[in-house]
Amino acid sequence: MAMTPVTEKDIRTSSRGTQIRLEHIVKDFGGASPAVNDVTLTVEPGEFLTLLGPSGSGKTTTLNLIAGFETLTSGSIFLNAADVGGLPPHKRNLGMLFQNYALFPHMTVAQNVAYPLRERKVARAEITARVRDVLQLVQLTGRDNDYPRQLSGGQQQRVALARAIVFDPRALLLDEPLSALDRGLRASMQQEIRRIHQEVGATFVFVTHDQEEAMNLSDRIALFNEGSIVQVGTPEQLYQEPDTLFAARFLGDSNVFDLGEPAGMTAACAEWENERWMLADGSAAAVGQASGRRALVVRPEAMGVCRDRGSVPPGHNMAPARVLDVQYLGSYRTLMLGFGAQHTPGRVRVDAGNRDYAVSDDVIAWWPPTAQRVVAA
Amino acid sequence: MASWSARRFERHTLTRHTANWLLLMPALALLVVVLGIPLIENFYRSISEPNWTITNYTAIFDNSVTLLILWRTLEAALIVTAIALVLGYPYAYLMTRAGARSRAVLLAVVLIPFWTSALARNFAWIILLGNGGPVQELLNFFGFPNTVLYGTTAGVMLAMSQVMLPFMVLPLYAAFGGIDRRLLLAARGLGSSPAAAFWKIYWPLSRRGVISGIILVFTLTCGFYVTPALVGSPQDSLVSQLLAQETTELLNFAAAGALGTFVLVVTLALVAWANRVAGTASIAAPATRRPVARRDPA
Repeated sequence: MAMTPVTEKDIRTSSRGTQIRLEHIVKDFGGASPAVNDVTLTVEPGEFLTLLGPSGSGKTTTLNLIAGFETLTSGSIFLNAADVGGLPPHKRNLGMLFQNYALFPHMTVAQNVAYPLRERKVARAEITARVRDVLQLVQLTGRDNDYPRQLSGGQQQRVALARAIVFDPRALLLDEPLSALDRGLRASMQQEIRRIHQEVGATFVFVTHDQEEAMNLSDRIALFNEGSIVQVGTPEQLYQEPDTLFAARFLGDSNVFDLGEPAGMTAACAEWENERWMLADGSAAAVGQASGRRALVVRPEAMGVCRDRGSVPPGHNMAPARVLDVQYLGSYRTLMLGFGAQHTPGRVRVDAGNRDYAVSDDVIAWWPPTAQRVVAA
Repeated sequence: MASWSARRFERHTLTRHTANWLLLMPALALLVVVLGIPLIENFYRSISEPNWTITNYTAIFDNSVTLLILWRTLEAALIVTAIALVLGYPYAYLMTRAGARSRAVLLAVVLIPFWTSALARNFAWIILLGNGGPVQELLNFFGFPNTVLYGTTAGVMLAMSQVMLPFMVLPLYAAFGGIDRRLLLAARGLGSSPAAAFWKIYWPLSRRGVISGIILVFTLTCGFYVTPALVGSPQDSLVSQLLAQETTELLNFAAAGALGTFVLVVTLALVAWANRVAGTASIAAPATRRPVARRDPA
């Protein structure tokens, strides 16, 4: 990759839809392992990409590296063609939204929103106009002269959002901006962020540990674990086609069957306890790839359940289980199961009106081979 | 039922009210006896001796020496306050950034003047600042030959600054503790250089602490007696030495009362003014707060 010297102009010119490219970035705080370990990722112009992962997985550090709040140990960060890895945060021209809003308490709403424009020496009349427009965009017209402490949490986050986009940044970085809000408000703010993303058309990089939030908001998700990216894809790809057990478990619920080393596995079938399972074409390829432990993953909603093996439709895989608990959840009912001899915990979803099964019933769970996924364990 | 509980509630708050006053009584009694009555007596004398008159006050402005001393006191207090602020601000900032152990050390260092006896401290300064003392040698080394600060206003201000430092550092430290450092990150992200982030965010948010520190140091420095008496010289005396002279040597209680009252009024006026500035200019919050909505209307 040819290194191009960066000028302010490079960064200012294309404000909308900037591409963010991370190449082998590493951040080592001197712990047992680097906080961010060789992450390579491209965020496309105008894309809404979420960095998802448990706490300590390196997602926030990655965001801080993009923002410039942390310095790279190695690797490079490009905004379009410009290498910004060595630039201080105030020269990167990125908007940032924090979990605690970080509004300046000694300034009014209008002064907060005008702050980035003042720092850029924008003319007074233009500042007034742009502040008015952006407050309208976040639906806070008329609150100009209020102080942050006079606003509710949701309103404060709207002000912070307005302040982060008013200067037309190259991209907006959002660091768990909704996690301090209560559940109902969080849902409406998610909608709000989606709408604003569509209206301003800028690149958004969103950090969260909440998989539902990530699925709801994102064009694509980069799943983090222990400082590295585990998998990148659309929410649907990540849910339907997890590559690893970690991905299968982090997004949604999964029934996991440990297949051990793939010795008992051919291209066409797998063995688990006394069961022989058919493999679909796609998973057969995954089996042959590398050595190591494998697991077979099935989503609870893809499983059916019945009393005996004879009732299982032909061409389906099955596993014996005992009902450990029944949970009524309004729109459906969940049977908590213990699979096989070890009572491996799992679950299956049945209709809300289905009262056929009670605790300690022995049942057969079944699923089509196309609904299962063989992953590295 | 309702009126019964309301009555009970009233009686309950009434007893609490009385209890609060009882708790205040000892301190209040002490203040009235040792501060309130003498102040009134002082003021009474200043306008009633030798007869009902204001000549004791006009005399202050007729005497050029008194005016000079007042001016010198004001000047010294301002300079000491400035020195304490310039030294104390970065020091207090460092305290907020240091780890628990280094913070304890920094706090102890700044509090040492509190824990030493005033006499020991002032005699130490006499030796430090005197002829052949380390300060003279230090100044020699930096190209100021034969400079003796003992007996000068500069020496007095140096010694006073040391004692005053904790009165500046502690309110600053308290104010800094309430500032969310993530605001500085936010400012950096919004396009501010580190210096701009400091002056536009940190400094205004710390202003309340700065003003508390200034008020404390300034008013205390105006009333210094032992340090200027021991470290300074009679030619450069400050207003408290003048007061001491009036009362203990000249026995002119009326004139001393007038001068004391004048200094008190000037100081209180300055404090009131600074409080006003602090109230309006620092962490701006209108007196009436709109009730915070629990939920977003949207």
